[in-house]
Amino acid sequence: MSSIKDLELVACQVRRDIIRQVHYASSGHPGGSLGCADLFTALYFKVMEHDTSFQMDGKGEDMFFLSNGHISPVFYSVLARSGYFPVEELATFRKLDSRLQGHPATHEGLPGVRIASGSLGQGLSVACGVAQAKKLNKDEKSIFCLMGDGELQEGQIWEAVMYAAHNKLDNLIGIVDWNGRQIDGDNDDVLSLGDLKGKWKTFGWTVTEVDGNNMEALVTALLDAKSNTGNGVPQVILMRTEMGHPIDFMVGSHKWHGVAPNVEQTENALAQLEETMGDYPYPA
Amino acid sequence: MLSDYIAKDKKSTRDGFGAGLLEVGQKNDKVVGLCADLIGSLKMNAFMDAFPERFFQMGIAEANMMGVAAGLATSGQIPYTGTFANFSTGRVFDQIRQSIAYSHKNVKICASHAGVTLGEDGATHQIMEDVGMMKMLPGMAVINPCDYNQTKAATIAIAEYDGPVYLRFGRPGWPVFMPEGEFSIGKAVHMNEGKDVSIIATGHLMWYAVEAANVLESEGISVDLINIHTIKPLDATAILASAARTGCVVTAEEHQILGGLGGSVAQLLAANNPCPIEFVGMDDSFGESGKPDQLLAKYNMDTATILAKARAVMAKK
Repeated sequence: MSSIKDLELVACQVRRDIIRQVHYASSGHPGGSLGCADLFTALYFKVMEHDTSFQMDGKGEDMFFLSNGHISPVFYSVLARSGYFPVEELATFRKLDSRLQGHPATHEGLPGVRIASGSLGQGLSVACGVAQAKKLNKDEKSIFCLMGDGELQEGQIWEAVMYAAHNKLDNLIGIVDWNGRQIDGDNDDVLSLGDLKGKWKTFGWTVTEVDGNNMEALVTALLDAKSNTGNGVPQVILMRTEMGHPIDFMVGSHKWHGVAPNVEQTENALAQLEETMGDYPYPA
Repeated sequence: MLSDYIAKDKKSTRDGFGAGLLEVGQKNDKVVGLCADLIGSLKMNAFMDAFPERFFQMGIAEANMMGVAAGLATSGQIPYTGTFANFSTGRVFDQIRQSIAYSHKNVKICASHAGVTLGEDGATHQIMEDVGMMKMLPGMAVINPCDYNQTKAATIAIAEYDGPVYLRFGRPGWPVFMPEGEFSIGKAVHMNEGKDVSIIATGHLMWYAVEAANVLESEGISVDLINIHTIKPLDATAILASAARTGCVVTAEEHQILGGLGGSVAQLLAANNPCPIEFVGMDDSFGESGKPDQLLAKYNMDTATILAKARAVMAKK
């Protein structure tokens, strides 16, 4: 099992991969991807029992669903680094004829992706269906589903929240990337989420909060949630993150939601991130 | 032959769906049912009672239903979603597009109360654009059976088809005239061979096409009658062969002319065998409250209109 230090080293490389993917494609969403690098690393390198040979039905495996598909760079990096496909393929992100579409898709057959996402609000419903199927098939593994905080403005999310509680989907663990920001600004300025903790609670979920950029706290929270499955109640982890973490010129603003860094900004960002697992090459 | 198709009884196509769902549920334990608070309307009671563990009440939350269905399909189940056609398509187009069609999930979207024959509830519920929306989605099969027997057989057959399907049916009691148990996805039923005019119909209007064909045949006009239950993938071979026999075509459907079966047939003919064509369907209008037969007559989707268009198209040859 990986130590917290090991996981932090992986997350550091994942962040380099995010910057390098988005820079090379000259497009993509670095902010939320960087903020969630710790979560993805914790899930795929520590918390989830999963098989990188990849079966779509995920029978007997813990399964992850990304609802806010625009943070695809972090998803792709972690899938590659954990062995789903060659890391060299990260250089094809957002390029023609790539399996690494701008937003994740099953269409090109990229191992590790089980649903297309990008149009927001749909992932939790899909995760509910998978959770329902696991119960039907007497499969006791867990389902994780990551949502953005701004995404919670979509009504479909709350249909799924109600459905999961009503149907006691206690194998389902929702995670909200609560960075407080969305494209047009802060959540509180765009459309306030209000008492987010209270909302999930009132809908019948168990709610915990965690610092999503603290690996030790994150791993503890995820493992706790996993051990609390089977209690008749779905769980959600409200994960406080910093968009752009830890790049000094990206944090503290929504401006890096969907902008690619230029050459100079990329060099600056990479200088702040240790190369721990070896960068994948850019094609000659 | 035309004389083989006689209305023996009146039963709704949604009853055919309910009966088919029960039967396919007995045959295939991967089949699961989902319904958005319309169990009675969709005739899903029998399946629910027989397989309570495989039936999911979704509440009035159609967007979530489509996502849950995609999730169940991801895990290898074969979900049949049930709600009205309006809420099966327009309300959830983006969910179907991304989570089902683009993600190639094996979901069967089963839609009742399609078209104006929904009747008194009026235009809010009478969707006439659903076939257009669904046929545009890459990889989506679109099936609009014409009577109880064909709907039942289609409901059973689609479980064996790997991929998303839109199955469209309706509310009213309707003549039952097709044989039991026969359904092949994508293969038109050639109901009568003729040389003067082709009538190509789908859904409820198939029966009116039979009535119109009987009138024409009694006048000595030879009708090539094609039953298109599968609008996509379209049976191009059957349609082109029919047009080659007759040299003129009438299409008939309970749907907007713009975007329906007629458009698909016209595209096919324009590219391969241009010939006169007339369209029976809704002419860029919403419906209204009324009885099904009154509405079909008022909006020119009845036997008289098929006859008139058949005569008109023959005159253009």
